Amino acid sequence: MKTCLVVDDSSVVRKIARRILEGLEFEVTEAEDGSKALEICQRQLPDAVLLDWNMPVMDGFEFMGHMRRLPGGDQPKVVFCTTENNVAHIAQALSGGANEYIMKPFDKDIIADKFAEVGLIPVGQAMV
Amino acid sequence: MTPTEYEYLRKFLKDNSGLDLSADKQYLIESRLLPLARKAGLSGIGDLVQKLQGGSRTVITDVVEAMTTNETFFFRDKVPFDHFRDTIMPEIIKARAARRSIRIWCAAGSTGQEPYSLAMCLKEMGAALTGWRIEIIATDLSQEVLEKAKAGIYSQFEVQRGLPIQMLMKYFKQTGETWQVNPELRAMIQHRQLNLLHDFAQLGTFDVIFCRNVLIYFDQDTKINIFNRLARQIEPDGFLVLGAAETVVGLTDTFRPIPERRGLYKPNDPRVAAAKPALAGAAPRMAAMAGR
Repeated sequence: MKTCLVVDDSSVVRKIARRILEGLEFEVTEAEDGSKALEICQRQLPDAVLLDWNMPVMDGFEFMGHMRRLPGGDQPKVVFCTTENNVAHIAQALSGGANEYIMKPFDKDIIADKFAEVGLIPVGQAMV
Repeated sequence: MTPTEYEYLRKFLKDNSGLDLSADKQYLIESRLLPLARKAGLSGIGDLVQKLQGGSRTVITDVVEAMTTNETFFFRDKVPFDHFRDTIMPEIIKARAARRSIRIWCAAGSTGQEPYSLAMCLKEMGAALTGWRIEIIATDLSQEVLEKAKAGIYSQFEVQRGLPIQMLMKYFKQTGETWQVNPELRAMIQHRQLNLLHDFAQLGTFDVIFCRNVLIYFDQDTKINIFNRLARQIEPDGFLVLGAAETVVGLTDTFRPIPERRGLYKPNDPRVAAAKPALAGAAPRMAAMAGR
């Protein structure tokens, strides 16, 4: 079973994302900010990170930079999931090592499409 | 599907989603629910109705979703676009090296996602097509849908379905809450109103015809009629691309499936097709519906 770390300061968003990802057969762990997420990654890297941008303590972009420098930290697929929906932020995320980018609000179809896009789930699974 | 099953589904959908189907929408139910039934390992609509009556929650959700989503998205189903890039285009590029021109028809272009996806594929091929004349003609029945396709303006939700983020950044411009396809890509496509039931010989001959998820709305005789007319608009070495739930097999000999390339067809030599007894060529019976 693949693992996904959901990083978002909203417990509601984490809960929705968890439900969707478990439906896609991921084992889900949660973190409420970048710093807590980094602690989790230092113990064990997940296969995927669904990552909010704006969070207290450490934001998503800073977290991604730290995580990418961990041994093996280039492996996890990072999918941003944020209300920062402008070109400047998307470009910054991609050049900083993000694999995909979801602009909130999101739903099951968008998550499935984006995860299929980066090879986390088979393409067929993203359909009907 | 028996009349009783149809009535059950009508009432079920009305109660569960507000979707109000008139008495003659059997084809719509079949086109949406048959793939779902097969995916669930059921033999057909009848079995699916039994599952619904049994109160299976996952089936209930799946049926409502399949019936109420009326959308198309970029690179829909992925595989046809992989075939386009890896099988169709390399062959066409070789075959047309002398005249350096390609004509593509999206026969159910809908709101534009399919023709724009093809245009992006072609752009991504870069130098291989430098100096080539490329024509993409996108047709749809509905003028309203064509206007949307022409404008190339999509909501944030629409650009997140099937479109890789790098493609969004490369080929779209953000304007407030919406995203518009850039002018260079828009200029690659001509949008025209067309009813597939009517004569389309005036469009000329094509190297590639995408005709996906529209024929499912027609009855068998109409499908045969359209296939036979499509065969006259395609180059002898051209390609026809159908939707995942569609096939020519058992309907016409004018096209043959390409082995191991699901959804991909080549025209048969007309003499081969003519040698077999002609299948019904009856006039189209059903009013056309725009493909989505």
